[in-house]
Amino acid sequence: MDICSMTALELGKKIQQKEISAVEAVKAALECIEDREPEINSFVTVDAEGALKRAEEVQKSIEEGTIVSPLAGVPVGIKDNMCTKGLLTTCGSKILKNFKPTFTAEAVRNLERAGAVIVGKTNMDEFAMGSTTETSYYGETRNPWNPAHVPGGSSGGSCAAVAAGECTYALGSDTGGSIRQPSSFCGVVGIKPTYGTVSRYGLIAYGSSLDQIGPVGKNVADCAAVLEIIASHDKKDSTSIDRKDYDFTSALVDDVKGMRIGIPRDYFLEGLDCEVKENILNAVKVLEDKGAVVEEFDLSLVQYAIPAYYVIASAEASSNLSRFDGVKYGYRTETYEGLHDMYKKTRSEGFGAEVKRRIMLGSFVLSSGYYDAYYLKALRTKALIKKAFDSAFETYDMIAAPAAPATAPRLGESLSDPLKMYLGDIYTISANLAGLPGISVPVGTDSLGLPIGMQLIGNCFEEKKIIRAAYAYEQTRADAGKGAD
Amino acid sequence: MAKQYETVIGLEVHVELATKTKIFCSCSTSFGGAPNTHTCPVCTGMPGSLPVLNKQVVEYAIAIGLAANCEITRMCKFDRKNYFYPDNPQNYQISQLYLPIARNGYVEIETGDTKKKVRIHEMHMEEDAGKLVHDEWDDTSIVDYNRSGVPLVEIVSEPDMRSADEVLAYLEKLRLIIQYLGASDCKLQEGSMRADVNLSVREMGSGKLGTRTEMKNLNSFKAIARAIEGERQRQIELLEEGRAVVQETRRWDDNKEYSYAMRSKEDAQDYRYFPEPDLVPIVIDEAWIEKIKMMQPELRDEKLARYKKEYDIPEYDARIITESKRMADIFEKAAAICNNPKKVSNWLMVETLRLLKESGMEPEGIRFSPENLAKLVKLTDSGDINSSVAKQVFVKMFEENIDPESYVKEHGLSTVSDEGELLAVLEQVIADNPQAAADYKNGKEKALGALVGQTMKAMRGKADPGQVNRRLKELLG
Repeated sequence: MDICSMTALELGKKIQQKEISAVEAVKAALECIEDREPEINSFVTVDAEGALKRAEEVQKSIEEGTIVSPLAGVPVGIKDNMCTKGLLTTCGSKILKNFKPTFTAEAVRNLERAGAVIVGKTNMDEFAMGSTTETSYYGETRNPWNPAHVPGGSSGGSCAAVAAGECTYALGSDTGGSIRQPSSFCGVVGIKPTYGTVSRYGLIAYGSSLDQIGPVGKNVADCAAVLEIIASHDKKDSTSIDRKDYDFTSALVDDVKGMRIGIPRDYFLEGLDCEVKENILNAVKVLEDKGAVVEEFDLSLVQYAIPAYYVIASAEASSNLSRFDGVKYGYRTETYEGLHDMYKKTRSEGFGAEVKRRIMLGSFVLSSGYYDAYYLKALRTKALIKKAFDSAFETYDMIAAPAAPATAPRLGESLSDPLKMYLGDIYTISANLAGLPGISVPVGTDSLGLPIGMQLIGNCFEEKKIIRAAYAYEQTRADAGKGAD
Repeated sequence: MAKQYETVIGLEVHVELATKTKIFCSCSTSFGGAPNTHTCPVCTGMPGSLPVLNKQVVEYAIAIGLAANCEITRMCKFDRKNYFYPDNPQNYQISQLYLPIARNGYVEIETGDTKKKVRIHEMHMEEDAGKLVHDEWDDTSIVDYNRSGVPLVEIVSEPDMRSADEVLAYLEKLRLIIQYLGASDCKLQEGSMRADVNLSVREMGSGKLGTRTEMKNLNSFKAIARAIEGERQRQIELLEEGRAVVQETRRWDDNKEYSYAMRSKEDAQDYRYFPEPDLVPIVIDEAWIEKIKMMQPELRDEKLARYKKEYDIPEYDARIITESKRMADIFEKAAAICNNPKKVSNWLMVETLRLLKESGMEPEGIRFSPENLAKLVKLTDSGDINSSVAKQVFVKMFEENIDPESYVKEHGLSTVSDEGELLAVLEQVIADNPQAAADYKNGKEKALGALVGQTMKAMRGKADPGQVNRRLKELLG
């Protein structure tokens, strides 16, 4: 019985049935971590001691019958931008290298109430800025399918950890594709929920109006089950929405008959790798064969999404990250003369190049005289993009698209050309700008053996439709949920 | 002939709202706790924390906006104002720039016999910063975030004032409106009301505004008046010397009676305002506004008009009493209980004001209850105590809010109406002072005073002096 190759629901069931104990489950995960970490580096912090202690407590609660969740006792990895009380939370940055939060993020608390056992905090691009998990101060994470390649980002640590079996599932965050793109690169399933579905309280903000926490799992069912647990209406987050339909697992139905799937022509033009294109169109064909209605259409304004995204996200980031100043917590430069010198040196030494680039970009677009030309224009563009999606969803139940233009690049390939890296977000960022839910589900591998993910984008609050279609597709694949070897 | 100059003044007034909790978290706003005890992840800007708007702040702001004749913005939003300073834990302040809660209002002020309107450009809600304490001894600064997140409104006037008198009348007007609404205690000294003065001068008759300066650090009405006069003089001198006024922020030093340049317009920071993404827009509908209007208490001007009609007290007294919400509340309640507004007004106008002045207190700090004041009036009306005893009791009541009825009883201060006891004392006094008695009988009216005094002394003040007088005359007559 290989615990690390089980899905979360399988393992959870065996724990409930007392076939496996929570302690055994976490020990298996910790062994796998010990085995794989030297190569993969999915974690910034592994909390072996805390996890074992917690597993014992959870096991006791399960035996007493006080926790009955389907995922109780299952080991989870938490992206390192979610606050965990007393446990190092770095955001992949030097500036938070000693930061232990005083409270736990609401989404993580929801998991804890359901008996989750946190094995550690997963690596990420610094402050979630990046698409490769190479901008982390704690070293890059490598793709378990081929360690010469990146896992994608920014939730690369979460996705690589799940693919490698280091944890059974994980939480990621998605501001411009940071769950869906690395899920695609690592051959796992990831969901970015509708904005407002999962509380952002305790998520260290990058682009507040775009950030959303979501699950990363081995299959669609695991992701639906995790989303059901983490989603909640949280009064501590003013942008949290009170939804009545948190029963996402009810959408795990193998039936897509009559579902209308739109294929945006603009997403399948030049710039898209032909192997990726072929695999996705094949997957769409599978859904069509199962009774879905597939149609091509023109989604307008696609070319404006990237500039609008980078203006809005960077503007918000420049302000969100200003609190890291060396005054109250985190890294402070060793020698300085006076307040301003302390600020400058702390921030110069504490932030990496990509973060500084975005702080400068964001500060520039908000500065007096440029606000209207950049920030305001980006907000208008965002509104128009939302409108374009609204009109698409009048006709279609969902949109099928790639999650990225190509499979995972080799390490080091992207950092030299940030603009190219930004363009890699083209298929994912629109969902963030419009607040829409999206899922990435594995549909095959390329000739190098690297995974390819298909993205399904739904209308706001229609996670169930994309979960159902992804689930129906997944039923046709024998290798679903297997992860990397 | 020397040129005549006109002073043009506009004000930015910050008012700390009297909510129990902070604007974006549930920490207490109470003043004076040990440093960093009224704090939480939100008001110390910890990573991952998020603001949640306190509804009471919006309601107070709407109430003030309505009372100042403003238009209420039906969909208002918060914006971030970005600047680095250690008292600002997130290095941005949540404020309002693009869609402030209220705009285009006015208040009417009176100086001497003239009335005028001072227009209000806008009013917005924002959070206060923490407090830096500089330790000169070891050259460090320490920050206390207790005040961080205390709700403020900033009321920005148009440049409609022309003199220090008008500025003071405007501030007094705002203070009265806001205190009456219960939205703030508006204490300049404690910083719950702060005013920045924008001032320029121009030649009389000129239609063009001069270059203005902004003055900060004004923490009393007197300091404001002195600062205005000082800055007016400084600007006129510059112009007379043919030099230009520089647009800048200046800090008033009230001890030296001089202002110092803090930063010029060129050094002004770019605050990079943008909409606060962590808060949703506030939609204010007609029903909400109506509800707040319904709950709006009677304001000072209305109260003054009603006093003139309802109570037979001098207008001057009515003005003084209504200048403080606390005083007006005490007056009305006490007058209703004892049914003697004139006496209640007298207590407030004479003894209360005297004791307030002696103890350096504001009327808002009055401790005695209207019920107790009414009891005291009743005790004097019925002749249970005489006026000098009443004054003694009042002092005690002013200090400790004692119940005058039980106090008089416990200390045996009530006037002795037992004629037998009084007569016995009178006879004794006459017997002990034969000379004075003889003098009176011989027509020396003044001698009676000494006898009354002796009697009162013997009675330990518990007799009614009128009664003593009458009885003495009868006995000696």
